[in-house]
Amino acid sequence: MIQYDKFTLDNGLRVLVHQDISTPMAVVNVIYDVGSKDENPEKTGFAHLFEHLMFGGSVNIPTYDDPLQVAGGENNAFTTNDLTNYYCQLPAENIETAFWLESDRMLSLAFNKKSLDVQRKVVCEEFKEHYINKPYGDVQHKIKELAYSTHPYRWMTIGKELKHVEDVKLQDVKDFFAKHYTPINAVLVVAGNVTTEAVKALAEKWFGPIPSGAKYTRNLPVEPKQLAPRTLEVKANVPIDALYKSWHICSRLDARYYVTDLITEILSGGGSSRLFQALVKEKQLFSNIDCSHSGSTDAGLLSIEGKLVKGVDMKVAEAAVMEEIHILLKEGITEKELQKVKNKTESMLAFEDMSVMSRATNLAMYELLGDAELINTELGKYQAVTTEELINESKAIFNDNNCNTLYYYSNN
Amino acid sequence: MLNRTIAPNIKDAIEFDLNLKPYEKYVLDNGVEVYAIDAGAQEVLQLEMVFYAGNSYESNNGVAAATSYMLKNGTSTKTAFEINEHFEYYGGYCNRGCQNEMASVSLHTLTKHLSVLLPVIKEMITDSIFPEAELAIYKQNSKQKLAVSLQKCDFVANRLIDAYLFGEDHPYGKYLVAADYDALTTSQLKNHFQQYYLNGNCVIFVAGKLPEDLFEQLNLQFGKLALKPGNVELIKTPIAPFATKKYRISNDAEGVQGAIRIARPFPNRHHPDFMKMMVLNTVFGGFFGSRLMSNIREDKGYTYGIHSYVQNQFQDTALMISTEAGKDVSEATVEEVYNEMKILREELIDEEELLLVRNYLIGNILGDLDGPFHIIGRWKNIILNNLGEQYFYDTVKMIKTITAEELKELANKYLQPEDFYELIVV
Repeated sequence: MIQYDKFTLDNGLRVLVHQDISTPMAVVNVIYDVGSKDENPEKTGFAHLFEHLMFGGSVNIPTYDDPLQVAGGENNAFTTNDLTNYYCQLPAENIETAFWLESDRMLSLAFNKKSLDVQRKVVCEEFKEHYINKPYGDVQHKIKELAYSTHPYRWMTIGKELKHVEDVKLQDVKDFFAKHYTPINAVLVVAGNVTTEAVKALAEKWFGPIPSGAKYTRNLPVEPKQLAPRTLEVKANVPIDALYKSWHICSRLDARYYVTDLITEILSGGGSSRLFQALVKEKQLFSNIDCSHSGSTDAGLLSIEGKLVKGVDMKVAEAAVMEEIHILLKEGITEKELQKVKNKTESMLAFEDMSVMSRATNLAMYELLGDAELINTELGKYQAVTTEELINESKAIFNDNNCNTLYYYSNN
Repeated sequence: MLNRTIAPNIKDAIEFDLNLKPYEKYVLDNGVEVYAIDAGAQEVLQLEMVFYAGNSYESNNGVAAATSYMLKNGTSTKTAFEINEHFEYYGGYCNRGCQNEMASVSLHTLTKHLSVLLPVIKEMITDSIFPEAELAIYKQNSKQKLAVSLQKCDFVANRLIDAYLFGEDHPYGKYLVAADYDALTTSQLKNHFQQYYLNGNCVIFVAGKLPEDLFEQLNLQFGKLALKPGNVELIKTPIAPFATKKYRISNDAEGVQGAIRIARPFPNRHHPDFMKMMVLNTVFGGFFGSRLMSNIREDKGYTYGIHSYVQNQFQDTALMISTEAGKDVSEATVEEVYNEMKILREELIDEEELLLVRNYLIGNILGDLDGPFHIIGRWKNIILNNLGEQYFYDTVKMIKTITAEELKELANKYLQPEDFYELIVV
């Protein structure tokens, strides 16, 4: 059971406090309700580039990193399709430094031209390092474009193309900040060796005076139901053929989310999972195979991906994957198998809760989803899943008309 | 009115007292030592059995890694599937890893399930049978994975730079090619297992919320085995560094980035300079605010990240600078790395920057003492390297007191361009 207090400042900033006196540290986590799905389709990659610019100095403080490091702290940030998260950890006695730094960059950035020029280049190198300069680097990009026709999940957080990042103007940065980086669109979580009273006083002092901003109302295009299978063939300079199949699944807050998560565990969570045992060990058609889902806030994808053993025909490999799916749909699963994936989930959640940092991040994420209390109720939801629900949901997901297949061939 | 230009008061992190929670030590009936940290709020624990069974001890290339991997692939009573299913049913994660000297078997589990999982660990380390069919799958899949990795410039660069530094036949410098996998046999694996696991030297580390009867459980499962205590003299292989220092390799005609590695030999933890280098390295390229990051990423935008570090090895190590930079700015990046070395050799680090780095390092250690797994990690390093109980406190003291003059001296000793190997793989 994770204890926490919650209050809201007059400007709309939601604040959560989680006390853990066993650590000398404090964690400050700020989440902004903006991700790459909120971008203009002609200016993708912007939310992430913006995250880099948040370190380029704020209106009253020339650099973010130096004062935090002087206070013995460390920080980082990440951007997803759905949100942008900034977090730091420092000795609890120096926590006011984090309030000072985080509140100033919520108040306003310095909008420094040099920072924009440099970070554009840095992000282009990040793009190359992760998505261009490695075998299969463009796979995620291709899957998203195939599976989504309308919803902004069709582009990657890093951006659709390098050019979008290269073309960003300082005015774009200012507009984006004004629209999204405001107290009303943010959640602040403070965790570690702190008291709610002290956090309340510091939050009022540093974040209280920041103008509320306008609540951003999301109005994203809805992905229409897929009505027919989609396929794409690619030939690339890679050594091994690979197969990627993706199906649309429910959104994060849907009750079926927990069922879906357990389906991926049944299929590929570990050495006793179905796909690994059947396709890597017994039939030896794949050298590795994985099943995962995107975990996104809006309706996401469940994907099976694997590299084929050299010499295996793509159609044979695909038929074998589908055979395992059909066995699941037809024969169902045993109570023991279901219990196994529930036990794994229980264990995984317990390990996750070990670090204060991870507890703070989860609280922030759940609050953004709409209910911080999910941190304490999720395990129960997993435990309530029945074999029948699992099969029914599998039938709904693994429908041919819901499927997107990428055949990725080696041209060597 | 709040003045936001004035920083709040801070307590300098160097004023903090740092304490490394002491371990409890048990000795099993066969002499195997167990180091334990009982801490944490969650009902979980981590157990790691460290064997002196790494690459340095293998008869042929790849034998140690294959043996370690296949500990989960079958015993006389359980198939690979059954072993995996057992751990997974109880939500346990059993992993094995193989490094240069050590190889380990680890378990992460809810504390309540320890007693049903330990017997299977025992089975793995006493009764693994290395089935031919499992080895065949391992070979095939490892070769495929290697083929993919060889297309990545960073993977290729990491292999080559270690070969240049230590020699291609040294355990730290050698690397596997497809033919090495083809040549593996089950009898090689069985011999390695027999000698280095079944009758091997072992040290056990446990941390988390420990059960009352932890020692009894461990002694019951492992105390009667033919295992011997750890802390043995390590095999010493003389290093054979390459004569040529500069390399430019073309690996991928379509590559858009260069993997840059610049490295020099460096002594191990027992040398007095090792500890001090921790501070100099942090200034140079060891954290986000380092000179290399500030110049090459934050000023020039040549790379997404650049880091320097001292390799984590028991005997010989190396000081390494590592980055992936745009193809057209790779040479400029190398030049800037040498420029930053020159500045550190010629100019004293000013007090402001030095205080920042001291505070950062102390804050980092403070944060890293969060939780039993981190604490046992520090002890493991101290114990396996034979550094003595004071090592942690000596490190903290050094961080708080080392002077700018000492760091400049250190830079003059170790940051000389002519001592460095230099490699760019595109």
